[in-house]
Amino acid sequence: MKRTFGAAIAAGPMGLGARVGVVLYLLFLVLIPLAAIVERGFAGGVGGIWHAVVSPMAAHALVLTLWTAALMAVVNAVMGTATAWILVRHPFPGSRFLATLVDLPFAIPTLVAGIMLVTLFGPQTALGGWLTVHGVPIVFATPGIILALLFITMPLVVRAVEPVLIELDPAEEEAAATLGAKPWTTFFRVVLPPILPAVASGTIQCFARAVAEFGSVVVVSGNIPGKTLTAPVYIFGEVEGDRPVVAAAVSVVLLLVAVGLLLATRVLQQQFVRRERA
Amino acid sequence: MHRVSRAKRWGRGTTVLLVAVIVYLAALLLLPLGAMVAQVVRTGFGSLFRELLAPDAVRALELSIILAVIAAIVNGIFGIAAGIVFVRHRFLGRRVLDALSDMPLSVSPVMVGLAFLLIFGRGGWFEPVLQILHFKVTFAFPGLVIATLFVTLPFTLREVSYVLLELGEEEEEAAAILGASPWQIFWRVTLPNIKNALAYGVTLTVARALGEFGAVLILGGAISGKTQTGTTFINVAMEERREAAAYGMALVLAVASVLLLLVLEALKKVEIKEAD
Repeated sequence: MKRTFGAAIAAGPMGLGARVGVVLYLLFLVLIPLAAIVERGFAGGVGGIWHAVVSPMAAHALVLTLWTAALMAVVNAVMGTATAWILVRHPFPGSRFLATLVDLPFAIPTLVAGIMLVTLFGPQTALGGWLTVHGVPIVFATPGIILALLFITMPLVVRAVEPVLIELDPAEEEAAATLGAKPWTTFFRVVLPPILPAVASGTIQCFARAVAEFGSVVVVSGNIPGKTLTAPVYIFGEVEGDRPVVAAAVSVVLLLVAVGLLLATRVLQQQFVRRERA
Repeated sequence: MHRVSRAKRWGRGTTVLLVAVIVYLAALLLLPLGAMVAQVVRTGFGSLFRELLAPDAVRALELSIILAVIAAIVNGIFGIAAGIVFVRHRFLGRRVLDALSDMPLSVSPVMVGLAFLLIFGRGGWFEPVLQILHFKVTFAFPGLVIATLFVTLPFTLREVSYVLLELGEEEEEAAAILGASPWQIFWRVTLPNIKNALAYGVTLTVARALGEFGAVLILGGAISGKTQTGTTFINVAMEERREAAAYGMALVLAVASVLLLLVLEALKKVEIKEAD
């Protein structure tokens, strides 16, 4: 019965029109442009892509992008889960403000986020100058890249975990505590298992966003080839230098990463839906 | 009862965690924001306003607003249509299309710029057609529109389809049985039910459109007074070492995003109130 109504509407002229419109829009705006990258990337065959990717500058940029994103994603997984836990289970005066603050990176342009970090940690600022003298430069160095990525992806794990924690009955945690379980034991054995798919999905989203990030990183990293040049900034340089084939070849690699991660989150979401239904 | 159990669980560990979370968020999010505001104050509001009232700055901001409005309207309509199509319809390839509509979230803005250059630029797939029509996409307004539409595509759709899924079909079905036409069902039942989600999605769309940088930089070329948007204006001003101009525009965009954030908060509150 549930299906028949949707199907009835879908079969009507209005439903058909909407469907054709949606398909065409996605086809022209998303599929054809991405296909253009793949086509140009493979202009020199698989060998061409390999050649572009293993060039020292591109290889370093790809490795840098992947490891900074991975490290950042792990930090976000821990801090995002902790933040969601505090917001949901232990509301305190000011937690409303904290919840709003968490969403700030969704609203702030990433370029502006980068500028903020430079005004805080730039070599000519008090804090940045002190850190540089003591051997931990943040801006125009790798820590700046990681900080920028942490900033722009902060809400993702929190927003993924929050709704699941709200649904989770605190009675189970209380029971575990009453039975004498230590807080850590309660967390790892009672709370973590049901929220794990949400944590994983949020973390993967962080990683995917980080691998693609341009605006904040280009300001913060200093873009030193072979040192702080990330893959998206490398692609930008190749586009501006009128070498679209190289740019497309490296893009194909990032595209593969993006598609793989997208499929991973889809599988996680479906598992989660199945568990909810069970 | 609830209060007692909550107090019992508020041990030392919780306090440590609470402090850690607050310190982390303040250091990561508030400190940089404060540093920029301090920088703006140091630069002085006088020179800031002078830079912001210059014609190229006004034009850049205008262009950003126009692009955000276009994205809100087009992707707002697309979000509703696609939400209904993906959640209510059953057809072959639905899941693939649904997944495809998530791609803009994880494709680098730089790749968006590259992709449309490959299609509309020199030697691109559609170049012959564009030449016949005398229509310029790259380094012109249409290119900026297309780039903005791509990066903001999923936001309204995600919000709307989530609510449609939660809602189920019962109300729409009841309306249909009572003899309502599909349009009547849409206007009287579906739209009122998704209006909060729509508002939320459109606000996210506007925020993302105002903030887009990489794609509009590559496709537009940041030509002063022509294809320069708020963000690319900042970039050019930084490169030319016009600090007051760069920080001025950054402040305008930051204020705009904080306002949008407050709109999102208000929308969340409305939703909670309606749910009660």
